[in-house]
Amino acid sequence: MLSRTAAHLYWIGRFMERAEFACRLVEATIRLSALGHDPQGGQAWRSALSVVGAEGAFGEESEPLTPFSARRFLTLDDENPSSIRSCLAGARDNARAARTAITVEVWQAINRAWLIIRDRASPGGAQATLNLVEELKAEIRGFEGALGRMLRTEGNWFMHLGSSIERGDNTARLLDVKYYLLLPPGEAVGGTLDRDQWTTILQIVSARTAYRHLYQGPLQPWLVGDLLILRGEMPRSLTASAEETVTHLGAFAARSGRQGAADRRARQRLSRMQDLNIETIIQNGLHEWLQAYIAENAAIDRAIAEQFRFG
Amino acid sequence: MAAPTAFDELWGTSRGRKARPGLESLAAWLADLPPAELDRRQQAAEAAFRSLGVTFAVYGEEESAERIIPFDIIPRVFTAREWSALAEGLEQRVRAINAFLGDIYGPRRILADGAIPPDIVLANSQFCIPCAGARAPHGVFAHICGIDLVRTGADEFWVLEDNARTPSGVSYMLENREAMLRLCPELFEILDVAPVDSYPEMLRETLLSVAPDKAKDPVGVLLTPGHHNSAYYEHSFLADNMGIELVEGRDLVVDDGVVFMRTIDGPVRVDVIYRRIDDAFLDPLVFRPDSLLGVPGLMAAYLAGNVSLVNAPGSGIADDKAIYSYMPEIVRYYTGEEPKLHNVETWRCREPQALKYTLDNLEQLVVKPVDGSGGYGVMVGPAATRAEMETFRAALKAEPHHYIAQPTLALSTVPTFTERGIAPRHVDFRPFVLTGANGVRTVPGGLTRVALREGSLVVNSSQGGGTKDSFILEGGAGGDG
Repeated sequence: MLSRTAAHLYWIGRFMERAEFACRLVEATIRLSALGHDPQGGQAWRSALSVVGAEGAFGEESEPLTPFSARRFLTLDDENPSSIRSCLAGARDNARAARTAITVEVWQAINRAWLIIRDRASPGGAQATLNLVEELKAEIRGFEGALGRMLRTEGNWFMHLGSSIERGDNTARLLDVKYYLLLPPGEAVGGTLDRDQWTTILQIVSARTAYRHLYQGPLQPWLVGDLLILRGEMPRSLTASAEETVTHLGAFAARSGRQGAADRRARQRLSRMQDLNIETIIQNGLHEWLQAYIAENAAIDRAIAEQFRFG
Repeated sequence: MAAPTAFDELWGTSRGRKARPGLESLAAWLADLPPAELDRRQQAAEAAFRSLGVTFAVYGEEESAERIIPFDIIPRVFTAREWSALAEGLEQRVRAINAFLGDIYGPRRILADGAIPPDIVLANSQFCIPCAGARAPHGVFAHICGIDLVRTGADEFWVLEDNARTPSGVSYMLENREAMLRLCPELFEILDVAPVDSYPEMLRETLLSVAPDKAKDPVGVLLTPGHHNSAYYEHSFLADNMGIELVEGRDLVVDDGVVFMRTIDGPVRVDVIYRRIDDAFLDPLVFRPDSLLGVPGLMAAYLAGNVSLVNAPGSGIADDKAIYSYMPEIVRYYTGEEPKLHNVETWRCREPQALKYTLDNLEQLVVKPVDGSGGYGVMVGPAATRAEMETFRAALKAEPHHYIAQPTLALSTVPTFTERGIAPRHVDFRPFVLTGANGVRTVPGGLTRVALREGSLVVNSSQGGGTKDSFILEGGAGGDG
């Protein structure tokens, strides 16, 4: 396979995953700000912007931060590289350039998602935004389904590899913005506001039901951390993402009989995580640990680009 | 305009009263199909093309503008007899084009013998100076030729132009057939239509047949300018159907005169490049230095005989309309036969007599730049405004050698689905002729382009044209007309 094609496929995976994450972030933030502890919705939206690293890009001097302006910025703004429209444009551009390497079904799912948002001029009210995001999520699920029906060869692995790296990054950023809420066990349980925030975090990674299944008790903040960092059963946890990266890199190694720096780094990361528990992470500083994870994830991304000669 | 007297591909000159021999069943099918059903199928075709992304970009519009070429589901039909005569003429013409290209980049016998004036070759902007003296691998230059034909009567076919550079449109021949099989399956029961789906395999064989002799298990690739190019869909379609890699210039690298593509497993040697970029962009070291589409060192690799380029650099000169005007002489010179396909009468404005005739009869002529393509820069006299005509008059006087003029032909029509029911629309036809070390072959089909505006003679997709499927009937009952 051409290195350039591989890079396009990898980025399709990253962009589609990022678009999906942005959809759920918008959805959960609308819910959180509707709960009413934050009448202007300012705080909820500010933290949503920081999750996607777009606080600086928002440009508050020219436009005040309101729920509407934040929704518009996160969904439609072409200047915001993490907006849903930017992500889908990126995915489609890469898909067009790699048309021969993807199935018609994969192409159509991406193209349909793009057509939904391409000409949208305004996110509308909260309900209209929710409808938009709901429609997009359905197409993105269609993309994931089409991926599952594609030949299990390099093309497929590259897209999965891209989404596993992106997913790790997204979950880690989400946790890092809210890390101070994940109080160590034994400390005073937060008020209603905190509980709503945890719920929101769980919702963004679609883990509310999963939490109940795995812990069978009331929401405990450090358990939210445990779930999203260490539980391999939870598809969007950092451990699950790290595992997936190892699995898909392993598929290449099995095909070619060769391994590289990306394989080694990804395996080392996973084995380090398997020896950890949430108490240790919190004692040594959750924020520092998440920052280190994000940096290591970026290093693995670079190692993949180098190993497969993305150029 | 020519419309009232034009020959119709279905009705001949009977004005809808009697179908041409062999096409009675098509006429009956058309008469029996309820308008609402025709409408439904027409819309289904459009939706299918849109969702497959069978699009093209129009230059001058926004980069993101992607359009589908309108597709009309009423086919254009050739009888077996018509096709076999056409195919013979096409193959003769393409043999002559290849012999001509091999000669002008080699011994130049045709110039020495005075069969055509030397300056139209040597002073031609399309003459590839770096290619002079280079023998193309296996002696083939124009591996893929799209010959544009028009028809004005039952036995009157004319060659409008030869496309030997990088002819496009073959993906429409294949996709249109797919659409017809899905939307009008009954037509294939009542008509014995020759299949076209072997084209990608024939093309692959042609490509690999011209690989350098030393290549053991030759690797072919399709070189595209990239996904913003207007024909990108076709590039990806063909690469996909031939099972070869679709590469861009940046995917290739030349090392010590050998071309490699960059893959995830490291460099892989490339033997044949089906290039869909123009000569000028092939290699910034030899042609345009600002080209980012090509590959530095590619021409050196080609001239060293380490890679075959399809079509060979320099083939584009055969597209030139001044050369076109000498095609009858060229065919006679290399084949020793009379041309089986005729040229449209052409006035070379570089000749004072012809220029005078052109200026005197501007309102009846079509004036074309000698090196243009895509219908750009063409003036159709009968449809031109006074201002357009004056612009061309000035241009003709300033640069007469840059133009040719031809009579306005009464292009044949085919019944076509329009907003106001079925009506005749003018068409042309582009068959594709393949030449490899394994011989000359023509797939029984081609691209029929249709001018969708009433009375219009301009069929180019960039100027509001559409396409139709082209049926070639196989011999046997009803196939001979």
